[in-house]
Amino acid sequence: MENLERILAAHPFFAGLDGEFCTLACGCAKNARFDAGQFICHEGDSADQFFLVREGRVALQVSAPGRGASTFLTLGPGEVFGVNWLVPPYRWTYDAKAIAPTRAISMDAACLRNKCEANHSLGYDVMKRLMPVLVERLHTARVQMLDLYGARG
Amino acid sequence: MSDAAFATLMHAQPMVPQVAHVRGRRKDTPDAWTLDLELANGARLIYAPGQFNMLTAFGVGEAAISVSGDPAGGPLIHTIRAVGPVSRALTALEPGDPIGVRGPFGVGWPMAQAEGKDVLLVAGGLGLAPLRPALYRLLGERARFGRVTLLFGARTPEDIVFRHEVESWRARFDIDVDVTVDHAASEWHGHVGVVTTLISRATFDPCNALAMICGPEVMMRFVAMALVEKGFGEDAIYLSMERNMKCAIGHCGHCQLGPTFICRDGPVFTYAQLKRFLAIKEL
Repeated sequence: MENLERILAAHPFFAGLDGEFCTLACGCAKNARFDAGQFICHEGDSADQFFLVREGRVALQVSAPGRGASTFLTLGPGEVFGVNWLVPPYRWTYDAKAIAPTRAISMDAACLRNKCEANHSLGYDVMKRLMPVLVERLHTARVQMLDLYGARG
Repeated sequence: MSDAAFATLMHAQPMVPQVAHVRGRRKDTPDAWTLDLELANGARLIYAPGQFNMLTAFGVGEAAISVSGDPAGGPLIHTIRAVGPVSRALTALEPGDPIGVRGPFGVGWPMAQAEGKDVLLVAGGLGLAPLRPALYRLLGERARFGRVTLLFGARTPEDIVFRHEVESWRARFDIDVDVTVDHAASEWHGHVGVVTTLISRATFDPCNALAMICGPEVMMRFVAMALVEKGFGEDAIYLSMERNMKCAIGHCGHCQLGPTFICRDGPVFTYAQLKRFLAIKEL
């Protein structure tokens, strides 16, 4: 557990996290490994985990009839995915697939939600870390939607 | 005609197109072609990385196109995207066809200022074409520069211009190359996301670095903002601007941006020079 706490504290998402909070969050964490090509989650599944990527690369994909799977974002070390863990009905809204051998920290969503609910200071700290990620993702999604490199770019 | 005599002629008569012929034509992406040109008088056009020429499709019109070849030698190369009547006519030219050339025009990339510094090139879409001469110079005189990084964003994997060359640059040890696309099918195992997401993965010393950015204006704005956030000085960030250029010598005013003419004073400017104007909508 001590080792995992060190790993958790070293991840950019939890950088500078208060020691007490780190211990609390670590109680919900475990190591996870995925082979290249392995699906980590599927759209519509229960979002009962939240992932912090340590090594490797993960593609977030959406499938459309007749078009197969399209990747809309790839993530690498230091990044996170699976923020659906925080918002009811706690369902994945995309597929996540490892496209290289990947190591991650898997956070038990229900466990972390309960701890955030019980300790609002921890919850606020986690929110402050999550919001910049969400704002950045929203911004980049907007830019992608502009199709800047298209004919009108 | 000697190269020097030809340069003098072009300088003396900047509005008169010289006849060249297409010697080679390659399709780079679904809507972009690269043309190798040879001047009819046998001279070689001397240009600096980042400069542009006015190319004439006879009987159709003229368009400003950046030089995308190696300034150290070889044919005069332009990479053109077929988006309007003139560019469609230019990209339809076949080997042997005549084409008009005026130039070179404008202020290019700050190669001298980049010496001794880390150099970060950020290209979006066909923005890699105007940056390619700078990259040739950086690689050709590699010891003069610090760490060299190319961050390149394209629409899809099929839209990666100069694909084979990008692959060869990736294989080199003296340049870091990172490529991302906005959208991809699941077979693509490279990065997906906007080009700004590559910046945090790049290694450079922002206190001793210089950035050259070329791509759609919105992309350049966001890249410049991200670099400032990373510690770059606004006067160490250079952008290549695109406007409706007509005369190319600062007379007609079509490409005016604030107090500057893109054709004459640019197309390369520092972010410090442009920042105020980039924020003005419809300018």
